[in-house]
Amino acid sequence: MELDLKKLKLRKINDKLQNLDRKQNERDFTIINPEGNHAICAGLNDEMNITIKGHVGYYCGGMNKKANITIEGNVGTGVAENMMSGKVHVKGNASQSAGATAHGGLLIIDGDASSRCGISMKGIDIVVKGSVGHMSGFMSQSGNLIVCGNAGEALGDSLYETNIYIKGDVKSLGADCIEKKMDKKHLKNLKKILKDADIKNYKAESFKRYGSAKKLYNFKIDNISDY
Amino acid sequence: MCGIVGIYLKNKKLENSLGSHLSKMLINMSSRGPDSAGFAIYNGENDNRYKYSICINKINFNDFEENIKKYFDNFELIKNSDHVIIKTYIKPIEVLKILKKNFKDVSIVGYGKSIEIFKQVGNPRDVVKKFKLENYTGTHAIGHTRMATESAITTNGSHPYSTGEDECLVHNGSLSNHNNLRRKLKKYGVNFNSENDTEVAAGYISNHLSKQKSLKETLKDGLKDLDGFYTFITGTRNGFAVLRDEIACKPAVIAETDDYVAIASEFQAMAHLPEVNNAKIFEPEPSVVYSWGD
Repeated sequence: MELDLKKLKLRKINDKLQNLDRKQNERDFTIINPEGNHAICAGLNDEMNITIKGHVGYYCGGMNKKANITIEGNVGTGVAENMMSGKVHVKGNASQSAGATAHGGLLIIDGDASSRCGISMKGIDIVVKGSVGHMSGFMSQSGNLIVCGNAGEALGDSLYETNIYIKGDVKSLGADCIEKKMDKKHLKNLKKILKDADIKNYKAESFKRYGSAKKLYNFKIDNISDY
Repeated sequence: MCGIVGIYLKNKKLENSLGSHLSKMLINMSSRGPDSAGFAIYNGENDNRYKYSICINKINFNDFEENIKKYFDNFELIKNSDHVIIKTYIKPIEVLKILKKNFKDVSIVGYGKSIEIFKQVGNPRDVVKKFKLENYTGTHAIGHTRMATESAITTNGSHPYSTGEDECLVHNGSLSNHNNLRRKLKKYGVNFNSENDTEVAAGYISNHLSKQKSLKETLKDGLKDLDGFYTFITGTRNGFAVLRDEIACKPAVIAETDDYVAIASEFQAMAHLPEVNNAKIFEPEPSVVYSWGD
């Protein structure tokens, strides 16, 4: 079913998708003329396939649960923020804070993501085929952030248990973020996510793993001058 | 919040529709700044006359015209709502002196050979309509919708700010060292009409440009001297530039085609532009000066 944002109001479209009529078997939707609108496909709870043809604004696919959303264009700030499960695939570039605070699911960005990608992520897998901007993975708690290009300044600042895998260069590491050994379990984990994201041209072995040095976990009196 | 928008045309194709495009962009950005709006338009005129953009506030236009005849004899007045453009060959140093001394109730919003500036309090939709922006033509244009934070909602508190010939600046963000910087710049002879932080940044840019520095060099120096957060769009007679601070928490999206460069706080403000879906769309990186023209 085709939904035209030039003809239908955003609230009407979101309302329809958030409250799917289960008696009907319609599970495939295409949204046309998104024209940079915010919060398209936010808060979807059911399994369905959605293709958005064009560029979208902020918080696209936010709080997603189960839905499979593809955006054929660029996305604004906070794509798939607080996603619980499901999949969001951006075919263009993403703005700041992609996948912020998300608990689960898979976010794939074919282009670049700008600053603070995966900020405070809590279990989502984020795969960026291009590069990410500064402060990516900031205070991230769990999940995997995979970047096939380069990472900007202060990568993984103050992170907790998130695994960050970068193929290219890292401009600088943030506080308490260090390069870590790639064990077998990490390789296995990375291989699985690369496969899920349909990435065949990069080998898991060519990535480097970054994580927490765990020196900021607890308050230490010796660090008082740093606060 | 605040919304900023700008278009720089690379050829003549869209010159006749420049005002109409900017108008739609500003109206779309009303949600980011409902308090006041303004725009600067460079119409590329080159008859060597200076144009002084004046907001006459509550003064009756006929009274203003009568009064101004006492001081100037070779000039043309163009009225647009509560703004007036004075066209004359007389140089800024003289005109500004006369206006400041004898017309204390008007606000000089800008001057130059190409630029015209209009700004007023009110919802952007009303402001744009009032000044009939959609009828304007030109080579590049910059606009702003304001959500007031640092100073009062007044005409002088509205953007764009212009502190030099054919220069203007719009800003999304706020500066924290503007008081110190204002004091310094006053010593160099820069004049300020408000307590607004952005006006200080505009004064900083003018002061630099007056020392024969390029727009690019000026903005690079600005990265060191302007403390705060900002996305700036700045215009000169033939130039157009964008700068974000090193944290880059204030949004900006650029769309570039063979015909134009457009920038806005949010993509939706540009969604109506011709060929935008085939444009190169990117987010300007922090601390990088993006400039077009000279």
